[in-house]
Amino acid sequence: MRYIDEYRDATIAHRLARRIASHATRPWVLMEICGGQTHTIMRYGLDELLPRTVELVHGPGCPVCVTPIEVIDKAIAIAAIPDVIFVSYGDMLRVPGSRSDLFEVKANGGDVRIAYSPMEALKIARAHPDRQVVFFGVGFETTAPANAMTVWQARREGLRNFSLLASHVLVPPAIRALLQSPSNRVQGFIAPGHVCTVMGYREYEVLAAEFRVPFVVGGFEPVDLLEAIAMLVEQLEEGRAVAENQYSRSVTREGNAAARKVMYEVFETGDRKWRGIGRIPMSGYRIRDEFAPYDAERVFDVATVTAEEPGECTAAAVLQGLQKPHDCPAFGASCTPERPLGAPMVSSEGACAAYYRYRRNAATKA
Amino acid sequence: MALKLPLRIKTMCLAVPGKVLEAVDARGSRIAKVQFGGITRQVCLDFVPEVQIGDYVIVHVGFAIGKVDEEEAKRAYEYLEQAGLLDEGGSAP
Repeated sequence: MRYIDEYRDATIAHRLARRIASHATRPWVLMEICGGQTHTIMRYGLDELLPRTVELVHGPGCPVCVTPIEVIDKAIAIAAIPDVIFVSYGDMLRVPGSRSDLFEVKANGGDVRIAYSPMEALKIARAHPDRQVVFFGVGFETTAPANAMTVWQARREGLRNFSLLASHVLVPPAIRALLQSPSNRVQGFIAPGHVCTVMGYREYEVLAAEFRVPFVVGGFEPVDLLEAIAMLVEQLEEGRAVAENQYSRSVTREGNAAARKVMYEVFETGDRKWRGIGRIPMSGYRIRDEFAPYDAERVFDVATVTAEEPGECTAAAVLQGLQKPHDCPAFGASCTPERPLGAPMVSSEGACAAYYRYRRNAATKA
Repeated sequence: MALKLPLRIKTMCLAVPGKVLEAVDARGSRIAKVQFGGITRQVCLDFVPEVQIGDYVIVHVGFAIGKVDEEEAKRAYEYLEQAGLLDEGGSAP
C-alpha cells in the first residue's frame, strides 16, 4: 500500500479496489495495452491493490518496443549517410539494432538530433536546404497523424529535402492476433485512452462482439485504471462483452476525424512486423505511393534491409502477456536500462524497464 | 561527444493538456502558443479546428488531438507532473 498512498486520490483508489474485490468471484486475466498505463500500474503498485483473482498482464503498447529490429537497422544506415540530418524521438536512440544503435552513429560523427515534435524536423529541413533531413516516425495511432502531417506539409511547401522513415503500428490488429493465438489467456482489455482520442472506439466494439471479450477505454491515472478494471470485472461477472468508455473526459466514440483525414491521405494500411511478435496482417501504416518522394525507405533504398532478433531476449513472451519481465533469465543481469538487450528495457514505457525501475527488489515475488 | 538524454520518465503514448494562449497562421497551418505549467510550446491546431484562444487542448508530439475542459486539464497536468511523467521540457513526446 505504500505506493498508492502517495497519490492524491488514494481514498478513491482504495474505494475502487474494494469495488473490484466485491465483484470478483472468479479468476480473471486482464491486459492493459498502453505502455503509459503499464507505467502507472507499476509506479503505484495497482496490481497489488487487486484481489489475487484479478491478474494484470502487460500488452505490446510501447512503440519503441515493437519497432522491428530491421527498421532500427534502416534508421542506422540512413543516419550514417554523410549530409543526412537524422531526427528522432529521444527514446529510439538507445534501441539496439543488429550491430549498433543510433547513439553510436551519433558518437561516430553522424548528425543525429532529438526532437520532441516532428514539426521540428520540418524546421530543420527548411533551415538546411542543402542537406537531406529524415524524421524517424514511429508510434501508434496517437502519433501517426502528427507524423503524417509532416509529409503532407512538406508536399504543400514543396520541400524537397525532407522524408519520413515511417514505422507505424495499430492496436486493434495486435489485439486480434493475440485473441486468435492458442496461448491467449487474456479475458478483458483496457483500451488505450489517447489512441482512442484519435481513433474513437468503434473498432473495439467490433472486437468485443466478435470475440465476446469486454473492452473499457481507460485513462492514465490510478483511479482511471482502477475504474476501468472495475468495469471490466463487472462485465465479465455479468457475462457481458461490450466496449465501454471510462475516459470520456478525452475520448468520444467517433474520435478525431480531422486527425484521421490527414493520416489516411498520407498512409495506407499494410502488413507489419512487430519486434518480438512477428508479422501481423494489416497492422501498420505505410506511406502511399503518391507520397513516395517523402518516404525515406524509397529515397534511400533501404527497403530490402532485413534482420533477425537476438536469441537471448525473451521480449516476445513479455509483449504477448505470456511472461512477466522478471521471469526472463537476462532481466537485471545481462539486460538493464543502461545495457538493454531488447527494446522493452529501453523505453520508460516498456514493461521490462517499468519492472526494473519499480520491482527490481521484488523480482522473486510471483 | 556527449548527448544529453532526458533522464526523467516520459512516455510516447501520453498526451499532455495545456492552455491555448494565442494562435497564428503559418505556412497554411494554425500554430498556437500553448502553456503547460510554467512553460509554453508551439502546438499545431490543425486537428482541432474548433478550438479558440483560452481553450484547453491535449497535445501529443506538438499536435493538439483533442479539447478538454479546464478542470480536467489542470487535474491531468498536475497528475502527470506529480507522477514524474513529464520530461524537463514539460511535455511528454
